[in-house]
Amino acid sequence: MPAVLEVEHLTTRFATPEGEVAAVSDVSFVLGQGETLGVVGESGSGKTQAFLSIMGLLAKNGRTTGSARFRGKEILNLPAKQLNDIRGVKLSMIFQDPMTSLNPYLRISRQMTEVLVEHRGLSGREARERSVELLEQVGIPAARSRLDLYPHEFSGGMRQRVMIAMSLLCQPAVLIADEPTTALDVTVQAQILELLHELRREIGAAIVLITHDLGVVAGLCDRLMVMYGGRVVEEGPIEAVFEDPQHPYTQGLLHSMPRLDQGKAEQLATIAGQPPDLQALPPGCSFNERCAHAFDRCLRERPELRRFAQSRLKACHLDRLS
Amino acid sequence: MSAPLLTVCDLEVHFPVVIGGMFRRRHVALKAVDGVSFELHQGETLGIVGESGCGKSTLGRAVLRLIEPTGGHVVWLGEDLGGLRAEAMRQKRREMQIVFQDPLASLDPRMTVGDSIAEPLITHEPGLARAEVRTRVRETMARTGLSPQMINRYPHEFSGGQCQRIGVARAIILQPRLIVCDEPVSALDVSIQAQIINLLARLQRELGLALLFISHDLSVVRHVSQRILVLYLGKTMELAGRDTLFQASRHPYTKALISAVPIPDPKLERAKRRIVLGGELPSPLAPPSGCVFRTRCPLAAGICAREVPAIERIGPDHQVACHRWREV
Repeated sequence: MPAVLEVEHLTTRFATPEGEVAAVSDVSFVLGQGETLGVVGESGSGKTQAFLSIMGLLAKNGRTTGSARFRGKEILNLPAKQLNDIRGVKLSMIFQDPMTSLNPYLRISRQMTEVLVEHRGLSGREARERSVELLEQVGIPAARSRLDLYPHEFSGGMRQRVMIAMSLLCQPAVLIADEPTTALDVTVQAQILELLHELRREIGAAIVLITHDLGVVAGLCDRLMVMYGGRVVEEGPIEAVFEDPQHPYTQGLLHSMPRLDQGKAEQLATIAGQPPDLQALPPGCSFNERCAHAFDRCLRERPELRRFAQSRLKACHLDRLS
Repeated sequence: MSAPLLTVCDLEVHFPVVIGGMFRRRHVALKAVDGVSFELHQGETLGIVGESGCGKSTLGRAVLRLIEPTGGHVVWLGEDLGGLRAEAMRQKRREMQIVFQDPLASLDPRMTVGDSIAEPLITHEPGLARAEVRTRVRETMARTGLSPQMINRYPHEFSGGQCQRIGVARAIILQPRLIVCDEPVSALDVSIQAQIINLLARLQRELGLALLFISHDLSVVRHVSQRILVLYLGKTMELAGRDTLFQASRHPYTKALISAVPIPDPKLERAKRRIVLGGELPSPLAPPSGCVFRTRCPLAAGICAREVPAIERIGPDHQVACHRWREV
């Protein structure tokens, strides 16, 4: 599987009046063509900031170092003009709240056709036709008559479909979806997940699915990357990670979720303590204060992400977690 | 079984809404809660689930009369709360508390945590000596897993999970008998959710609390509840014991809702047959005729558009509102 996106030592820092915030630290991964990668972590884990960094969408006080190559070409810290040939064209991103990404003053038709005319040189009429096709592809009923509506005239689920259709305008090679179903009701979430399933088969784009919900990645992804405190702590094929999580944090996350498919546990397993403070990460492993397995080395030395089995990586000093 | 703590009978909350432009103004009733009935016993948890706009939060607030019901009865220990004047109702609220979804937004940022937790106590027992108040606050903090040394800190110094503990502490300091939990863990990270769920379960055991647990998350509701009420557009779809609901649901909406929840296991999730409902929630201002669920129901038939299905008791702990429950 040839790589479409190769990320190495991606590090993002934000300067704030209270000091520097280490949002993303030394993140490396490779995304294969047509592959679906799940990125899971809690708030502040760096999962969203890592991809905003790659897309050049950081807030002004953020700076990024490292490397991100799209089909071999470095895209990190490119000037906006060059980045815009790739961003939104080859690499598209959709967000949790479609209302904040759609322009409320413009009809959907205008927002869609503009991209096609600008980037793909279509005529106005061709662009309208293509937009209707895409809206139909993402399951918007009566797409032709709804093309000229404003974003607020769509419901939440339909708006997310419009966002997905817009992200597909230029047939991207990579679609980054940041919590695409978090704001939706569960029956509508099921519809959107079903749609992503179909798109994955039809368009052949690589998909990055950023979420806090392990259930959502379980159905859709080939590979899983777990982040904590701005770092990747575990990575591997999805079934292997769920079946045999080898980082104490991954294991904790899986055990702390109440599940519909199992008998009811008397008490939920918990991960002790609070999420990490990115301005004051502990020395050694960032998870050490919450880890039930921590020993003296974890307090002194930060574990590097290492390969411990075929196509599986973890950042933990423990050899084996039972 | 002993007499119920709380009996809710045909509860209605209809909001008057004006729609249309200047010349076509019309008044319509938005039926946020429409004829909901249930009982709640001491020490029991009733889960209330449904999607956004189904009326679950309005129901929770109407039980406490934080929103005035427009019809039906709320009976607390044999006494109809509907007839009570404001002062008498305020006295009753000692025994009935609420925990909100957004822990930080529900705390006053200018009050220390100690003062926030003490507030209900000072309101209801104004004669209490300061030292006694402090002692009770410290005890309550310890009980909810907060370090009593943090009594003089402000809410912004706490994480989301800790703020929710403060919310729970405020709710239990008066030793209530009922707590309405309105999406108490929805704003929290997964690892912190489990901490708060376990905390509520422990307090329930220790204090014999009854909980009305409102949530959109079926996995969480199943974990905490003994019985579960499923709402759709303000109406009861199904009310059943937990195991009955998850193993032998007789309502097509409940079935679809359960099947839509993603399971965190790649093999099971991929093998699962998901019932994907078409369409989205209809506008509550123009609910469908007959059964409100019929526009999205895979089993809808002619009768469903004509007649509102009655709530039928089909088992000892099982009620369902569906014309076609026998075929589900």
